Formats: sequence, C-alpha cells, structure tokens
Amino acid sequence: MLHTLTGRFRLLTTAAALSIMVAAAPQAYAATPKDTVVLAWAIDDIISLDPGEAFEISAGEITGNTYDNLVNLDISDTSKVSPGIAESWTVSDDALTYTFKIKPDLKFASGNPITAEDVAYSFERAVKLDKSPAFILTQFGLTAENVTEKAKATDPSTFVFTVDKPYAPSFVLNCLTANVASVVDKALVEQHVTDGDFGNGWLKTNYAGSGPFKMMQWRANEILVLERNDNYYGEKAKVKRAIYRHMKESSGQRLALENGDIDIARNLEPGDLEAISKNKDITTDSAPKGTVYYFSLNQKNETLAKPEVREALKYLVDYDAIGATLIKGIGEIHQTFLPKGMLGSLDSNPYKLDVAKAKELLEKAGLKDGFEVTMDVRNTQPVTGIAESVQQTFAQAGVKLSIIPGDGKQTLTKYRARNHDIYIGQWGTDYWDPHSNADTFAANPNNADDAAAKPLTWRNAWDIPELTKQTAAALLERDADKRGAMYQDLQKQVLETGPFVIVFQQTEVAAVRADVKGYKLGPSFDTNLLSTVSKE
Amino acid sequence: MTLSDSSVVTRRNRRRASSAAMGFLRFAVTALTTIFGLLVVTFFIGRVIPIDPVLAIVGDRAPAHVVERTRIELGLNLPLYQQFFFYVKQALTGNFGTSVLTTNPVLEDIRRVFPATIELATIGTLIGSILGIPLGVLAAVKRGSIADQIVRIIGLIGYSVPIFWLGLLALVVFYAQLRLVAYPGRIDVVYEYTFTPMTGFFLFDAIVQRQWDVVWDLFRHIALPGALLGYFSLAYISRMTRSFMLTELSQEYVVAARAKGLSETRIIWFHALRNAAVPLVTVIALSYAGLLEGSVLTETIFSWPGLGLYITNSLQNADMNAVLGGTLVIGAVFVGINIFSDLLYRTLDPRTRSR
Repeated sequence: MLHTLTGRFRLLTTAAALSIMVAAAPQAYAATPKDTVVLAWAIDDIISLDPGEAFEISAGEITGNTYDNLVNLDISDTSKVSPGIAESWTVSDDALTYTFKIKPDLKFASGNPITAEDVAYSFERAVKLDKSPAFILTQFGLTAENVTEKAKATDPSTFVFTVDKPYAPSFVLNCLTANVASVVDKALVEQHVTDGDFGNGWLKTNYAGSGPFKMMQWRANEILVLERNDNYYGEKAKVKRAIYRHMKESSGQRLALENGDIDIARNLEPGDLEAISKNKDITTDSAPKGTVYYFSLNQKNETLAKPEVREALKYLVDYDAIGATLIKGIGEIHQTFLPKGMLGSLDSNPYKLDVAKAKELLEKAGLKDGFEVTMDVRNTQPVTGIAESVQQTFAQAGVKLSIIPGDGKQTLTKYRARNHDIYIGQWGTDYWDPHSNADTFAANPNNADDAAAKPLTWRNAWDIPELTKQTAAALLERDADKRGAMYQDLQKQVLETGPFVIVFQQTEVAAVRADVKGYKLGPSFDTNLLSTVSKE
Repeated sequence: MTLSDSSVVTRRNRRRASSAAMGFLRFAVTALTTIFGLLVVTFFIGRVIPIDPVLAIVGDRAPAHVVERTRIELGLNLPLYQQFFFYVKQALTGNFGTSVLTTNPVLEDIRRVFPATIELATIGTLIGSILGIPLGVLAAVKRGSIADQIVRIIGLIGYSVPIFWLGLLALVVFYAQLRLVAYPGRIDVVYEYTFTPMTGFFLFDAIVQRQWDVVWDLFRHIALPGALLGYFSLAYISRMTRSFMLTELSQEYVVAARAKGLSETRIIWFHALRNAAVPLVTVIALSYAGLLEGSVLTETIFSWPGLGLYITNSLQNADMNAVLGGTLVIGAVFVGINIFSDLLYRTLDPRTRSR
C-alpha cells in the first residue's frame, strides 16, 4: 500500500523537477538593444518633472537632459557659463539689465519655434507657481506682480532680464543655468492649463522642452524613458533611447550589470565597486559632486555652544580612516563648505584626529571629564558608518555620544525643528554658484524661532550677524577674482569657528559596461548628460 | 401528511433563509467595522509619526513660505478630528486623494501596483500549495522517517532564513551564474514598446494577446521571485498539512476504513486529506492574503513594482494618502479572503452549514 504511495510521490517529484527544468531552459544571453542605453538608478525621489517645480537630484538629471536654458554650465571650466538657447548676452553698466539674443530658427521637440516669448513665459510661470526652486529666480527681486515687466521679450529674439541690485554677473548667469530657468514650450503648455496652474498638473508627468532628449514616460518607482529629440539644434543624441530603471539595491544593480541587463549602474556601494573593479567588461567613471557631508552642533545646547567644544570635536574625527574605508571611491575628505571646482573653492583640510589637543580644549572649556551628547543618524550608509566612527573617536576624549537612529525624513524633521544635539547629513548646492552654500553655511539673517529664512546656520541656532553681512557683500562684487577671494575668507572663518564639522565631498561613481562609449558624469547633478553616449 | 410535511419544509427553508440573511448581515457588520477601525488607527498613527509630510512634497531645501503654504493646502493646520472627518467624507465619495510621491490619484496607483503583487502572490501560493500539501501528507504518513525529517528541515529553513539573503543568493545562482531567469523587474525593456498591457496582469494580458515571446519573458521574470515566495508559503503549508493529517489519521473512521479493507492510498488521499482540507483552506487563504500585502523585501530585491514597495516607500515619506489607501485595500482584501474561505469552509464541511 505504501508502495503505491511512494510511486505517486515519485511521479509528483518527477513532475515538479520537470517543470523546474522547463522553467530553467537555457536562454541565449540577452543584452540590451544597441540603440538603447539602460541605467539602473534609485529614482524614487522624483515627485515632479515640471522644471518650475522639480528640485530633487534624479529629477535634476532628467531636466538637464531634456530641457535647455539660456545659458549652460561650461563643463570644461565650471567657473564659467556657455551659450545655450541664447547666442550672446550683454550686461548694462549699472549691472541691472541683462539682454539676451536668442539663436535663430530653434525648435522645441514639439516642432514649435523657440522665441524670447517662451523664455519670458518660463520665468513668469516659475515665479508665479512659487514652488521649492522658485527662490533661485525670486532672489533677483522678481515677484508675481513684477515678473512680466522684469523678465520680458522685447522682440521675438530678444529677452531682457532686470535685477533689483547690481549683483555679480557671474552670480546671475550661474543661477540661470539652474533647472528652474529651463525654457518651456509656451504654446504646448498652455493647451494643458487647468484653473490657472500654468500647466503644472500636466507638466509634472509630461514634457514640453527642447533638450537633446524627450521625456516619454515616467512610472513612479519603476521606469523613466527618454527618447532622442530629432528637433534638437545641437549635436543630436547618439542613442535612440535612454531608459532609467528604478533599482534600489546595490548588489542587485551589480548582478544586472555583470549580466548585461543594464548598461550603467548608478548606486553601487564601495564593496560592490571593489568587486567589479576586476571585471574586464566594466569600467567606472567618477566625478566630484556639489554635495558635502557634515555633522553639525546645535548651538541651543549649552555645551556645544562653547567655542572650545566646537573646535575640540573637529579634532575628534578620524578623517584619514573614514577616507580610506567608509567613503573609499564615493567621496574625498573635504572640510570647507564650497565643493571643489566651484568659483572660490578652498582646498584646505587643516583638521586631523588629535585626541590630546581635543582634551586640552575640553579642559579649557571646563569639561575635563567629557560630556554626554546625542546624534540623530538616518539609517543609510555612509552616514551610519561615519557616526559609528565618530562615536569611537569622541569616546577617546571622554565624550559619550549616543546615536539615535531614524528614517531619513524623520531625522530631517527633527533637525528642521532645531530639536537635535548633533545631526549628521549632507548638503547639495541648489545651483552652481558659491552663494548657494555661503547663504546656508555663512549667513543667518534672523535667528528667531519664527524666522522667514531657515538656512543651516539657523537650524543650528548659530547667530552670526557679521558673517551674514560679509556673505551679502560677496554677492555684489562684480570682479570674479575678488569675489572668489571673499568666499575663501568666509570658508576660513566657518572652518575655524562654525558649528559645522564638514567631513567629505561626495564623488559620484557610475559603473559602465565596456561597450558603452562616451558616458561622462558631469560636475553637477543636472550635467550627467546622456547625449554623447553610444554603444558599440 | 403531505401538508404537514411541506409546511415543515417551508419552515425549515424560511429558517435557513433568515439565517443566511443574518449571516450575511454579520459578515457586513464585521467587514465594515474592521475596515473602519483600520481607517481610524492608520489615520491617527499617520498623523502622529514624527515625520513632516510637507517635507516629502517640497523637499528639504524649499523656502519657509513655500513650506507653510503647502501645509495649509494639505489642511495640516486644522485640528486632527477635522482632518479626519474631511478624509472620511472624501473617502466615502471614492476620493482617496492624490499620492504626493507619484502625483497620481491613490486609486490609480493601486490599480497599477496591485496586479503586480497579485500575480506574484498567486504564483507563490500555487507553488506553495501544489508542493506543500503533498510534502505535508508525506511527512504525516511517514511520521518519524527520513522523509519526515527532510520535510521538517525544508520547513525550518523556510521559516528561519531571511528572505533578503535567500533572494540575493537565488539571484547569484540562478541569474548571475546559471543565467536561467531574467532580472530585474517584471518585463524586459525591449518589450516596453511592443507590449501594451490592458488589465495590468501582464501574464494574463500577454496570453490573451497571444504574444508568446512576451509570455516567456514574463515567465522568466516571475519565476524566481514566485518560486521564492512559493518556498516560504510551502514551508508553512507543509507544516500545517502534516499536523492536520496526523490528527485525521488517528481518528476512528480511519481505523474503520482500514478494517473495511480500503486501500491506504484511498484512505489518505480521499478520506483523511478531504477532512484535513477544511482547516487547510483557512491556512492557505491566510497565507495568500499575507502575500497579497506585498512582500516588501522580495519586491525590493527583484525591483518588482508591487503594493508592498509602494506602501513602504509612501510610509517612509509620510505620504499619508497613499498609505491609507493602500492599507484600506489590504484590509478589504483580508476581509474578502476571510469571507471567501468561510464560504468555502461551509461547502467543504457540511456540519458548519446548519449552524
């Protein structure tokens, strides 16, 4: 009787084994199509693709590839700008009026002609929508009431932009390279306006630009498809399509890259980067980015507010060890607030791990036996690793650090409410100009709880009227060299006295299959351009 | 005689009808209170978690006045109870709001992500049941034998090994080394342009459209995550089958059947398993419902755009409309599956019918 049973089971197991074998029938090795480049990237931060609203890292890259500006960041010399839609521009002697000549006979992807009217409309909608990135334009004195006067087309090929103060021209032009100043197709957008929203509801998930690629489809947390824009005036993209595939996992990206199911992996962690470095079919490309990682000391905490304590903690970080392990390949030790490659950046890393010096400073502050303090840490690498390293080195001088782990948005919420002791995080430049970081690391116009502007200095309750004045002055210095020197001076002061312990500048790394040519990461997040990419 | 007979029948019928109506009413009340309770709890948890929902919308770098305006637009400046009533009012008209992260209406999002999860869960449950039940029966029949021990070990591994680890291991072996299955996602990028899904159930759509190459590609994508989930439900189902079967096999009717001279095969598969099937239905239904919730880790590893990933991502960003919508759908599915398994219970077990 049991014999029959085992017979049945044998049959069942055979069937199961067979079905597994069928499922596992060997497949021809499938590469991605030749005319398509497939990138794996965590794109779950995108919440809008409207250039007047988008302000996230992934969205910035998409906008950079699909829209065009009056002027662009010069990739070969990032302290300058190069012509985009504008062929030339002049600045009036009082530095208040900028006149741009638009290149003739340009077309949007839709086929509509690009005129100065489109530029003016793009400025108007960005200012009136007043979304997160709008301040990049409104800081020049633009308001919903005056924008049509201050940013207007005097004829189809002339756009005139009037600013409220004689700013450094480098500052104004740098800001115009930002995504928020992208030129949108007025005729197309106006077909999709509902309730005076300037087409925002539609443009969040659709496309009205003139860049080398068209945005064809975006499915949140899944896929984003770009297609070559054959109406592009510059050199046309070499591949027909570029597909961003949402993949969050570093190890998954690595496997897919090794198998050829993706061409470019964008989120590899140090361990996986190390592993693929021996693979002949894969190369890597890296570029320093405008993001610095730091931890900051809330000045509302009486202990942390002591100047000696601020200085001591800067000596209690093992920069060398962190650089050699935790951020190897994905960052470089960097202690000043301007990223490398930007006008006025200062390459000075004076702090080293020095426990004796730190102890001396703590004793001077009356804290011979150290003190206890907490740090809010979001549970992602490399910040978790850095926090743990700092915890150890702090302990060597008797500073007992407790780590409070949390989700990214959770720690950030606490930080923004100034309820932390120490917060570890990163800051990316909003636009490619030194003022972007100076404005947040070296200016705090109002330290009151209900302040209108809440820069990082405010979040750490660092009240600095004198530095705030200097930052404002640098903005009006028309000589680019002198302006650069002013920012270097600001950085030195923040480095010495500030509550920010800046640890490293991020390097973005992409692992690329060898048959993909011409992929080059840019200096900023919106200059990771795909139009030069081709496949053999 | 005939008269009284028929009146008895009518009375019995009437009683049966009224009890059916009562039963239905009980179902409805249970379902509604469950879902309402779920709504209340999720709503209030969502509002007290220490994450600022505005942050997800405008980002960290937005100026203060934009943050404030958005807060007012979302109604977050109102007292909690007002926010709740407003949400319920909207939800009753079928408006679950818009997801911040995807900018789509929540219902539309769920319609997009849920089929992916259902597909995966169904394959997983099918594998789990088809293999798990025979394994469980085998273990029970050959209790204490090597076969039993092997089934036990298979189950134990399924219970205790983290799916994250097993998933990556499976990828390394079956995808990276053997290149037997496809990865990542549900479908290869080449088909993004040639295949237009209608229902969102890709496998179903492709079969209906007779696009056999797409079916094959979809199958290669779902095989590994499906098998993985299948293994985990197998572990559970085989253990439960074993224990139900052991209970049945010690019953007197089995002895009676043996005395009658029935073949062992017939006793096990026809009599014992049929009785064990009754509680087993609930087990399978609950395991299916569990998988429908979306296996977050599996979905993350395999870049599977399903419900679990959607809700987790929304929760981390305090995208409360999406979280609430997703939770309600899962709640409704749970209640639905419970009712369904209850009904199935009634058909399988005649004793429950009269009650």
